[in-house]
Amino acid sequence: MNSFFVYISVILAIIILIPFYRIYKGPTIYDRMLGAGAIGTKTLVLICLIGFIYGRFDMFLDITLAYAVLNFIGVVAIAKYLNSIRGNNE
Amino acid sequence: MSDIQNLITIVMVTLGTFFMFVGSWGIVRLPDFYSRSHAVSLSDTLGILLILGGLMVYEGFSLNSAKLFIALVFMAHASPTGSHAIARAAFRGGLKPLFTRTENREK
Repeated sequence: MNSFFVYISVILAIIILIPFYRIYKGPTIYDRMLGAGAIGTKTLVLICLIGFIYGRFDMFLDITLAYAVLNFIGVVAIAKYLNSIRGNNE
Repeated sequence: MSDIQNLITIVMVTLGTFFMFVGSWGIVRLPDFYSRSHAVSLSDTLGILLILGGLMVYEGFSLNSAKLFIALVFMAHASPTGSHAIARAAFRGGLKPLFTRTENREK
């Protein structure tokens, strides 16, 4: 069961690399924000799986909760900031 | 009992990883910001719910499982809210949706 978590972590680390294309090439800044949010969500799951692999899940789960809250607050704060500036969709 | 837990965990985590792959592939392949937002929001929410649910089944009935449940409920509310906030900022910022395939195509 430990090796299964290792395999899933490796696959998820490869999946995390895919939205970097949209962050690098995205035509608008909203695309880049969307890719950053997607990477944050996948990183949260990756931290959970790393906690299971190392056997110290109670510590890594607190890191997961803090990371989820920080990701959500960051996305909403940048969306509010972009909402206050009109017409910068370049 | 433990074999059933392992089987449910393997099925749910694999399905969640598949949905996360679908969301990542959709954010690269789709032609418009709003369609990309649609793909990545729905697929990532379902994927994280499946993966955290599978880890809850594997952990059993303990304090860690309760914390995982808190993280699951929080992500089930936070992920669509963040995606909606970005989409609303884009709509108010003047980003036009893609109506036809010929005009306003960005790739």
